Amino acid sequence: MAVEPAPGKTPDWLELATGGVTEAPIGFGRMKRKEDARFIRGKGNYLDDVRVPGMVHGALLRSPYAHAKIKSIDTSKALAHPKVAAVIIAKDLETLGLAWMPTISYDTQAVLAGDKVRFHMQEVAFVIAVDAYSAQDALQLIDVDYEVLPVIVNARKALDPDAPLIRDDKVGQTDNLASPTWEAGDKAATDRVFDEADTVATCDIIYPRCHPSPMETCGMVADFNPTTGQLDIYNGNQAPHAHRTVYAQVAGLPEQNIRIMCNDIGGGFGNKVPVYPGYVCAIAGSIVAGAPVKWIEDRSENLVTTGFARDYIMHSQICSKGGKITGLRVDVIADHGAFDSTAQPTKFPAGFFHIVTGSYDMQAAHCQVKAVYTNKAPGGVAYRCSFRITEAVYLVERMVDQLAMEMNVDPIALREASFIKPEQFPYESPTGWTYDSGEYQKAMDLAKEIAGLDELRAEQQEKLAKGEIMGIGCAFFTEGVGAGPRKHMDILGLAMNDGADLRLHPSGKAVVSISAQTQGQGHETTFAQIVGEELGISPNDIQVRHGDTDKTPYGLGTYGSRSTPVSGGAVAVVSRRVRDKARLIAAKMLETTPDDLSWEKGRWYVKGDPSKGADIEDIAEYAYGPNPMPEGLEGGLDAQAVYDPPNLTYPFGAYITVVDIDAETGKVFMRRLIAVDDCGVRINPMVVDGQIHGGLTEGVGIALMELISYDESGNCVNSSFMDYLLPTAMECPDWELGETVTPCPHHPIGAKGVGESPTNGSPPSIVNAVIDGLYHAKGIKHMDMPCNPARVWAAMNGTAQPPQ
Amino acid sequence: MQVTMSINGQEHSHDVEPRMLLVHYIREMAELHGTHWGCDTSNCGICVVLMNGEPIKSCTTLAAQAEGEEILTVEGLEKDGELDPIQMGFHECHGLHCGFCTPGMMVTGNWLINNHPDPTNMTEEDIRMAISGGLCRCTGYKNIVLAIRWAAAYRAGQTPVGAND
Repeated sequence: MAVEPAPGKTPDWLELATGGVTEAPIGFGRMKRKEDARFIRGKGNYLDDVRVPGMVHGALLRSPYAHAKIKSIDTSKALAHPKVAAVIIAKDLETLGLAWMPTISYDTQAVLAGDKVRFHMQEVAFVIAVDAYSAQDALQLIDVDYEVLPVIVNARKALDPDAPLIRDDKVGQTDNLASPTWEAGDKAATDRVFDEADTVATCDIIYPRCHPSPMETCGMVADFNPTTGQLDIYNGNQAPHAHRTVYAQVAGLPEQNIRIMCNDIGGGFGNKVPVYPGYVCAIAGSIVAGAPVKWIEDRSENLVTTGFARDYIMHSQICSKGGKITGLRVDVIADHGAFDSTAQPTKFPAGFFHIVTGSYDMQAAHCQVKAVYTNKAPGGVAYRCSFRITEAVYLVERMVDQLAMEMNVDPIALREASFIKPEQFPYESPTGWTYDSGEYQKAMDLAKEIAGLDELRAEQQEKLAKGEIMGIGCAFFTEGVGAGPRKHMDILGLAMNDGADLRLHPSGKAVVSISAQTQGQGHETTFAQIVGEELGISPNDIQVRHGDTDKTPYGLGTYGSRSTPVSGGAVAVVSRRVRDKARLIAAKMLETTPDDLSWEKGRWYVKGDPSKGADIEDIAEYAYGPNPMPEGLEGGLDAQAVYDPPNLTYPFGAYITVVDIDAETGKVFMRRLIAVDDCGVRINPMVVDGQIHGGLTEGVGIALMELISYDESGNCVNSSFMDYLLPTAMECPDWELGETVTPCPHHPIGAKGVGESPTNGSPPSIVNAVIDGLYHAKGIKHMDMPCNPARVWAAMNGTAQPPQ
Repeated sequence: MQVTMSINGQEHSHDVEPRMLLVHYIREMAELHGTHWGCDTSNCGICVVLMNGEPIKSCTTLAAQAEGEEILTVEGLEKDGELDPIQMGFHECHGLHCGFCTPGMMVTGNWLINNHPDPTNMTEEDIRMAISGGLCRCTGYKNIVLAIRWAAAYRAGQTPVGAND
């Protein structure tokens, strides 16, 4: 895996612009991004930049109530608006068979509410007008007569006998249970471990509802051609192939007649995984109006109605014996909102939450998750997270700190005493996971070294004496990312494998087509680097094609840190297939046998005579030229692959946070965040660092600022960036990164996923730091996120309330 | 109403509704799609452009308010095929991922370098404060700060430090 920083050719655009030479490694290594050229010129092609001739504009009328019967809808005044082409309500969709759509979790969700609305700002009517301003005007002309119903927004009360029934649309549904209790681990064994424990810590921990909030909101341009039956969809989603399959099922359109084009996407973070009612309305609108329809939601619509994250209420106990963590039990109430559209593989209704034993060699563990319906927006997406692992990491890392408090030991020392040891890998966890590799102590040591932990503890004592509050927190996480093996997981019946298609051209330059869908992760660079590493071609000579279902092989998209683990595996495998074919051709060219050839990056050569060889470019030229091919081999130099990962990959990391807390106001200042990540082999360390920086920022947001909450009437009170606070540059420290490299033993290039590691590690690290400060200064043992000034002040003054 | 303004040195004049926002004028009338829209409430800074040399949020400015004014958008940074140092800096320092906030960030960074009394000695606080009117979900800001510093050093003829140096 040695990095060879051989100079590659500079792309013309950059040479022209800078007059300089950009070095590109032939393969792995630091390399500036190829996709930057268009973005730094304002020439990206995002959804709102799409213009189709004859395009009209859609807008959604949304419910002002969280729970209400719809008695009548009068659209006549809106239809009379001179610029309105059509107004669609639920009964119109019924005639098209589009009134309800399946969710990712096999529930059904109303596209437009017909019988009643079940959450604040639910979709009620879709207006199509010649311009976007007129569409908004027409929304005001629709009269809806509602009969307001009692509301449930507290998941703990959703199963009370007198709770109003939210899903009366579901036959046989008599309560607000969204799915039966799901369990993992061994309950009896866990009970025994707790019976024998020295110390037990108990805590109720809430991971409140938050929202991924990509800077570009969601939207679609749907263009249905009634003559050909072709449906062209422009959309920014994270899984275009899976979306196409869903649309084929929902709309009854032939799958081959649907083309989804995701051009540039302004961030996703899980928010752009689901199919939303607005998408189905845009498609239905295009069918009804006979014209291309653009629909783009505004920020409030994005925040209030699209895929939220977390909303887990967790009651937990953790125990120790002989100075080591020995057992954990967790009882979760999951709040799914009005429709269960949680993102997870089919067999895992609580996602991968049962990786909750984390990085510790526990004797036993048990978790159970019960999901309820409430009058809140649906979602449950993985906000920069692999299917509820973020919740699991937060739970166990908070509980370890709780246990350390009970034991009166250093929380980092307790972690170290309990780590899974390097020689225990592959490690079978008590809840059924097989961790592939890890060197936990090495990462922890590096984090402590960067932090200067002893000096920090001394400073904390000095400050405490002066009445100043400083906190130091740690989190150590292990994730399972890169879903996933087809024997274990699927989404909506689709195996979670990814295809790759690699074509070398006669010039030796290449196009690789992938199913992964970048939302900013830099795929055009890093996937070119994988091909470059395997074939010895400069990444600058490799075009990465993605985001168009007509031009790319099938695969399940980008989320859950699966791009490198799955699509990266596919690209490595397809490159090796090309290399194998090149070997056969090279043998013919060199008049020898394939067995007599050895590979070095970029060429096959004769064993024992390295001067006699064929470069990959020469082999490509030969393969497309009028030359005799080896017996039974077709001309050309290309290959296809579908990668079925044998296991998830298990990245890990050690994070240490230092905070200062204003004793008067409760404001938390992020002073330092040290992040040591081990994601195996790094394809492009610059891109990996960038992914970590971004995830840390979102972690700061979740820990200190971001909360989606509701008033008693079910109104979402965080409906704009005035009320849903994201971190700016001022709230973020200068990130301090460290790396260790434990290659993934089963991945073709030894890589693991990384994009979500920082969002797993940082919230518990930050909250542990806040509580460490509050504990030393005020004896406070727990508070829930977000640790904003009002909530920290309340905690300091004994009036803390759970986030709602 | 007829609204006329200069965008990137070129005059634009269009008959628009009085309520039309400047961001929509730039995107729909002038057909310059580099300026993006993000939040409606002046919080995200995605839509920042310079009006007479000062950064403004074009989602909360009416097009009519820009009547007769000079607007600079991201497309106006590059001159005669030469990238502005701020554009080079964002590339050199990996100051962008998805690119959606990048135009607003670059325009703001360009303004800061042009208006700071001592651009090659800007403090971390100077830069972070200047871009705090903008939100970025991808980069974590660290490399944006580095990119602005890179551009200031490059413009001054110093040896700039990028993300891979």
